[in-house]
Amino acid sequence: MPNATLIALILLLPLAGFVLLGLFGRKYFRNSAGLIATLLLFAAAAIALYTAYEYFFVYGRTGGVYQKFYPLQFTWLEFSKGLSIDMGLLIDPISVMMLVIVTFVSLMVHIYSLGYMKGETRFSTYYAFLGLFTFSMLGLVVSSNIFQMYIFWELVGVSSFLLIGYYYDKPSAVAACKKAFIVTRFADLGFLIGILVLSYCSGSLDFATLTERLTSPGTMAYGNALSYSFLGVSAITWGTALVFIGGAGKSAMFPLHIWLPDAMEGPTPVSALIHAATMVVAGVYLVARLFPVFALTTPRVLELVVWVGVVSAVIAALIACTQTDIKRVLAYSTMSQIGFMMFALGNAGYGGAQGMGFTASLFHLTTHAMFKALLFLGAGTLIHFVHSNEIRDMGGLRKQLPITHLTFLVACLAIAGIPPFAGFFSKEEILFSLYSRNRLVYWIALFTSGLTAFYMFRLYFRIFWNKPPTRKDSHGHPEGGLAMTAPLILLALGSAGAGFIPFGSLVSTDGKAIESSISPLFSLAPVALGLTGIVLAGWLYRIQNDRPARLASSFKGFYRACYHKFYIDEVYLFITKKVIFNAIGRPAAWFDRNVADGLVNFTGSAALVISEKIKKIQSGRVQQYALYFLTGLLILAAFFIYVFVSQAGISDK
Amino acid sequence: MTQPGLYHILLISAVLFFTGVYGFLTRRNLITMLMSIELILNSVNLNFIAFNKYLWPEAMDGLFFVLFIIAIAAAEAAVAIAIIINLYRSHHSIDVEQAEDLKY
Repeated sequence: MPNATLIALILLLPLAGFVLLGLFGRKYFRNSAGLIATLLLFAAAAIALYTAYEYFFVYGRTGGVYQKFYPLQFTWLEFSKGLSIDMGLLIDPISVMMLVIVTFVSLMVHIYSLGYMKGETRFSTYYAFLGLFTFSMLGLVVSSNIFQMYIFWELVGVSSFLLIGYYYDKPSAVAACKKAFIVTRFADLGFLIGILVLSYCSGSLDFATLTERLTSPGTMAYGNALSYSFLGVSAITWGTALVFIGGAGKSAMFPLHIWLPDAMEGPTPVSALIHAATMVVAGVYLVARLFPVFALTTPRVLELVVWVGVVSAVIAALIACTQTDIKRVLAYSTMSQIGFMMFALGNAGYGGAQGMGFTASLFHLTTHAMFKALLFLGAGTLIHFVHSNEIRDMGGLRKQLPITHLTFLVACLAIAGIPPFAGFFSKEEILFSLYSRNRLVYWIALFTSGLTAFYMFRLYFRIFWNKPPTRKDSHGHPEGGLAMTAPLILLALGSAGAGFIPFGSLVSTDGKAIESSISPLFSLAPVALGLTGIVLAGWLYRIQNDRPARLASSFKGFYRACYHKFYIDEVYLFITKKVIFNAIGRPAAWFDRNVADGLVNFTGSAALVISEKIKKIQSGRVQQYALYFLTGLLILAAFFIYVFVSQAGISDK
Repeated sequence: MTQPGLYHILLISAVLFFTGVYGFLTRRNLITMLMSIELILNSVNLNFIAFNKYLWPEAMDGLFFVLFIIAIAAAEAAVAIAIIINLYRSHHSIDVEQAEDLKY
């Protein structure tokens, strides 16, 4: 059985780091903040690894099926009998897998930041935020309750906001963090409504109960969920679709992806942790967590998942080919790879070999976390070295940064799907699962993976080969010492070796092991396409020439559309500025200014005018007051005399 | 020679009362105004005595009321004169018009 204390400790160690550094960091731990946070996270990562080992190889499996465990469960908020929000820990293959990924990547980023962020004035604040993020991401992963997950989901959003806006004196960073927060918040509205619909249908917020009630035909909840409908679509379909919108927002899926490229304004290690390896895959994790409901009850929503994933993967890959900011290329590449995970997930069915896509998707999530974190950290070293994000300012760096060069190459080979690196295995599994179930998506995925190889090696050749631009300053420590190279090497080992994890036997839809037998013949097409992409990129970018420019001009309009990210930002701006501001914002502002404020101002000014009018009564002359008093007295006297006399008159009659 | 009736006394009392009111409203000197107030009080006293004597000769309530009023009037005069003295000290005048600025 899992040890509740140990698993809770994985969460609580980063939280302790956040509290300690957040409260006292600036005063007492100005210089030691990084070390403290790193040590705490090292402990957490060690425990996570131990837990994973215990779960997968010691107690997790009974009768060939991985069980779900709830080592900790308590009622947090009770609304009424039967309806309560619980908190708890859920241990199953995907949550354990995510625990390891999150703690490992976070540890790498912590170590890397020791070098990268050295000398920052808000060094301890940075580590406090990292701790907060790690805590909330881990909490999200082990949530046993959909509402608990939502809480951590928002916490993750907040810490992402804080870290993107870390350089808060830079206007572009401020704009980017607001954009990220608002766009994901907007998507989270969908998530919240989805939670309400699902929990209303099933009468529970608990993942286990909810999944069980909504997937077994014959129960009341199942019948209700299908019979309620809105706009001709059943309630449960709405529920899962809305939940997916929340996931799509966090995972930067089209059309809610616009925040991710801008989020690159944050420090580069943060991009590696949050915007490449962990937080952005939360959407994939969410769909995987509710996968039985998606697959068994609402297959139509899974189709939506597939097509959102496909569109995101393709447009992001196209845009990535044209961008010149290294971090933006990586951001679009992340979006594209998450698109891969999404459509693999959407294509899967429940149980047995049908669930191949599910396994492949989470496998890709794991390998992607390795090589994308590595790419970002490598980019961090490059930016550290040349003080610029533009790949135009880089070039010929393979001599100066040998470790970065090699590790970057490993990551590029991994993402391009060249055997035996990690990306090859996961991408192969994705393609294989698509081949038998959806041929159209298979071809698109094949094309996109070729494109992936091309744009990654465009980056690689442009940065490490090509002609170096004239640089004036030379660094003493080009690669930033051991703190910055060690994570690169460790992640490179991960990127090279993660593919050999027997993933099919560990993670699947129903907990049973599945055999993945991919013949080398099947791998021929994707690998050949990947190599073509690499060769093409080499031909274009290895040495300085005018081929890229000529190629760009031959695709004139299309190139410009890609370069401008298909004008999606402009469309959003048009909608918000022209439509929403004019049609809703301005009338609302008018109403507020004139009616709501007007009423308040009227009360104030009326009191002012009236008091101005009557203040002359208070003249200060005693005799005037006496006169008023006397007048009133006489009027009253006259009145009473009149009443008295008329009553006397009546009684006389 | 016949005794004066209730109406005669009430008439005197009314004249006294309105003389007091007139004096209170028209005089500017605070001492004179205080005297006017005394006139008003005494007209009330006169009413009490007259009603007591002519309507309920066997009772003594009116007389007692008058005694109380005289006592209170004495106290009130003491307070009023103290105020007037203070006013004189600060304004060097006992003209009521000069005391207008007390409203601030």
